[in-house]
Amino acid sequence: MTDQSQIIIEVNGREVEARPGEMLLAALQRAGIQVPTLCRMEGLLPTGACRMCVVEIEGARGLVPSCAFPVTSSLKVKTHSNRAVQARKTIIELLLANHPDDCLYCVRNGSCELQNLAEDLGVRERRYAGERTRQQLDSSSPSLVRDPEKCILCGKCVRVCEEVQGVAAIDFVGRGSKTVIDTAFRQGLNMSTCINCGQCVVVCPTGALHEQSYAKEIMDAIADPKKVVVVQHAPSISVTLGEEFGMKAGSDVAGALVTALRRLGFDRVFDTSFSADLTIMEEASELVHRVKTGGRLPMMTSCSPGWIKFVEQFYPDLVPNLSSCKSPQQMMGALIKSYFAEREGLDPRQIFSVSIMPCTAKKFEANRPEMAPGGVSDVDAVMTTRELVRLIRKHGLDLKDLPSDTADTPFGERTTAGKIFGASGGVMEAALRTAYKLLTGTELELAAIPAVRGLDGRKELELEIGDLKVGVAVVSGLGNAHKLMQEIQNGRSGLHFVEVMSCPGGCIAGGGQPLHHDTEAVRARMQGLYKLDRESNLRTSHSNEAVQRIYREFLGEPLGEKSHALLHTHYHKRSDVI
Amino acid sequence: MNETAIEGVLERYGGAGRDSLIPILQEVQESQGFISREAVVKIGMHLGLPPSKIYGVATFYNQFRFEARGKYHVQVCRGTACHVKGSAALFDAIKRELKIEDGQTTRDGLFSLEVVACIGACGLAPVICVNGEFFAKMTSDSVRALIKEYRDREA
Repeated sequence: MTDQSQIIIEVNGREVEARPGEMLLAALQRAGIQVPTLCRMEGLLPTGACRMCVVEIEGARGLVPSCAFPVTSSLKVKTHSNRAVQARKTIIELLLANHPDDCLYCVRNGSCELQNLAEDLGVRERRYAGERTRQQLDSSSPSLVRDPEKCILCGKCVRVCEEVQGVAAIDFVGRGSKTVIDTAFRQGLNMSTCINCGQCVVVCPTGALHEQSYAKEIMDAIADPKKVVVVQHAPSISVTLGEEFGMKAGSDVAGALVTALRRLGFDRVFDTSFSADLTIMEEASELVHRVKTGGRLPMMTSCSPGWIKFVEQFYPDLVPNLSSCKSPQQMMGALIKSYFAEREGLDPRQIFSVSIMPCTAKKFEANRPEMAPGGVSDVDAVMTTRELVRLIRKHGLDLKDLPSDTADTPFGERTTAGKIFGASGGVMEAALRTAYKLLTGTELELAAIPAVRGLDGRKELELEIGDLKVGVAVVSGLGNAHKLMQEIQNGRSGLHFVEVMSCPGGCIAGGGQPLHHDTEAVRARMQGLYKLDRESNLRTSHSNEAVQRIYREFLGEPLGEKSHALLHTHYHKRSDVI
Repeated sequence: MNETAIEGVLERYGGAGRDSLIPILQEVQESQGFISREAVVKIGMHLGLPPSKIYGVATFYNQFRFEARGKYHVQVCRGTACHVKGSAALFDAIKRELKIEDGQTTRDGLFSLEVVACIGACGLAPVICVNGEFFAKMTSDSVRALIKEYRDREA
């Protein structure tokens, strides 16, 4: 931006630089002037619905929402005049008028935007006592719980579901004071097109949306001496968790995490990045098989359970394009209840298998009937990053003070190919490294594949592998997936492999991650993963010795009979959702 | 559920966009008596709109109902004159007697309930209308008697 295109506006008697046409709020934020917001969403158009960001502008008739007011020259703005502050306080008081007074018992106590604003604006009494609206809790979903009584109708969940994810499972229903946010025909999330991604939870300012928790079942299992409780943690967890304990975003706390999980009472700690390596062995082999035998292309990744449901309900004709590989969570689960149980001489029913995921859809995935062969679930309970943070605090542990420990055999070793699964493009990069080796017999001589890295919603690359020109695409955020799927339906050719992650940026920005993750924190988590990869000397899944051993001792070969029975599955068209 | 009727409506709106949603909903309700799940899904596919959005729009307006009408469709006038003459208490009495809310249908399919604004019979306030037949100057007692009469007729 050159100086000529800057204009000067007056804010609170000070000069502030702004760009003509940008929204006033953006200029204020750049100048470090804090104006509160509730309904604003980074990267989306303003709606001006909540009016929290109102400011006084000289000459304007009323207060103006700064999020939706384009800057013009010679503006005179007062952001914290008595009138503006009083208006904000009144808005909060009105929102509180029919809000349940149960902050102490609320899952968002201490992290609630409404609570914080009430505190910042000095709300000390209930000035307006509105009639409490009684609403049913929607706990029909295995992943998410909606508590409409705590909803302030800011509309962020509706927008993220429709505009970012292209799912639109929920919308405003009814009118006026009877308006609620609900699914079509108010049938509950479980019967809706909700893909369980949890992005709505991440943007919700209050306790109206949270994850379905199985923490009690987990702690009960730990307390049960007859149960062997094992836990696996997903690749993105170790580069996220530190933030919640005062460390820099992106720091890798894998060692302390293992110690924390042991102290919580888990009998074995495994690393999902191990089974991510295994996924790559299977998935890269499947890709090579499809390419060589004229199978259905482009093959699409199947690690992200929100995406799977998305295909099943919106693109049933593309279900055969999905890789038949289970996700790393489910592969690990299947191996725990087979190979591990055998090795330890345990009845699979004695094992309680827990996974820690950055994801709410993983709870849905673990509950899928396909994932419980013979009535024994591969994974018994899934916990999000947020729930783990609560559990660690509850047990008086602080990650900063914990010594480092390593995960257990036989599923504790990983390469960084499995680790980078946590970022959008990671599965693709890891798969290309191994597919290259499978097709050419030599290692891919690239330190990194930058074209598939980064937080862009869509990345594409053509790569020569031997005499084959391989076209790949990486998308994250299902709104972006919609566009690519439509291109594929319309006959786009030249694509061999497509990676889709439901959440924008991949698992590091998953719906089970700490709330209000800003882009900077997500970027730091991604850089944390790639730093590990850069510094590692084991960067290809096929170089994982533990994975090779499990093929020798148990599975046989990728795509072999045992692999098929344990590590692969099939997905089906869904027509029961609305 | 007569699905071809919905398709008939949609055929008349070939190539229509989202701005035709309300007229389509009105025609479907006209022919079906209510907006069914199947109708919402079909309209959604036709217009490229998610079912939640269609349901959201339809619930914004009072005119759409989502349950089939009962054999006796009871319309309660809540216009100004009827209100002054006590239609609120009358409406409560009907809801208690039928155990349903506005827009719902009794489980036996006999009665459905709809609130209407003003049916232009203010001289008869408070007035209700059952299957097009008007009943004037209703009270809680007389409406209970009327409902009993219908029930007896069906027994």
